[in-house]
Amino acid sequence: MKSQEYFLERDPIAFPLWQKAVVGIAGAGGLGSNIAMLLARAGIGKLIISDFDVVTLSNLGRQAFTLEQVGMHKVEAVAQNIAKVNPFTLLEIHKLRLDDDKVRQLFHNVDVMIEAFDTADAKTMLIECFSRYFPDIPLICASGLAGYGRSEEIRIVQDGSLYVVGDQSSQLRGGIAPISARVMIVAAMQANLALERIACKSS
Amino acid sequence: MQKQLTINGHLKPWREGMTVQDALDLMNYTFRMLVVKINGKVVLRQDYASTQIPEGAEVLVIHMISGG
Repeated sequence: MKSQEYFLERDPIAFPLWQKAVVGIAGAGGLGSNIAMLLARAGIGKLIISDFDVVTLSNLGRQAFTLEQVGMHKVEAVAQNIAKVNPFTLLEIHKLRLDDDKVRQLFHNVDVMIEAFDTADAKTMLIECFSRYFPDIPLICASGLAGYGRSEEIRIVQDGSLYVVGDQSSQLRGGIAPISARVMIVAAMQANLALERIACKSS
Repeated sequence: MQKQLTINGHLKPWREGMTVQDALDLMNYTFRMLVVKINGKVVLRQDYASTQIPEGAEVLVIHMISGG
């Protein structure tokens, strides 16, 4: 199959820009696994995805993996799923825990960076670090997505190149994982924002 | 006239030597994980007590919450 056969009915202005774009995704869990698939479907040229973790049974409640993928590294499972949907998106996957040096090393030439971590500590680390090294690259983060319902409370806060998607208030209650639908809303808003930033870049 | 700064869109009184930590205390922001930006620049957590806020600054405080 040729890419011309695959990519039909695409936006004549935005799609060529998405094809040339590189998007970094830090984390391949509830947010990252869904964001990666959305961006691959839209036709982003290259995704750089990092995560140290493996798929567990409890992840299936909100993460874009299958029963057969339990035990696999999440980045490999994401790559496997994307290859089945869009074989034309280039994937660079890294099985590692990100720190200051790794962030600088892996994501220095992305057009948009997406924070898709689970813990507040990791989210904060990425913002502090990425904003310092790459203050002009759009960084799209998530904060506040626990529970269900209240879709209308999920919003985007922007300051310069930093965007935060979420309600900035819903906290996880003891032992209860985030729930698929609300995680997916935030993931879709992050992906949508990334597509918008890339499409607007040269306009 | 009282000198001011803006914190998350709210006008607040500013005073000479006011630090990021003072601003967080003023707003009762006690959340464990915050991201603070002053006039568009991120302030690292370890610098909250030593970073002074200029008069008229735009301060953004984002609450970072686990879940993803």
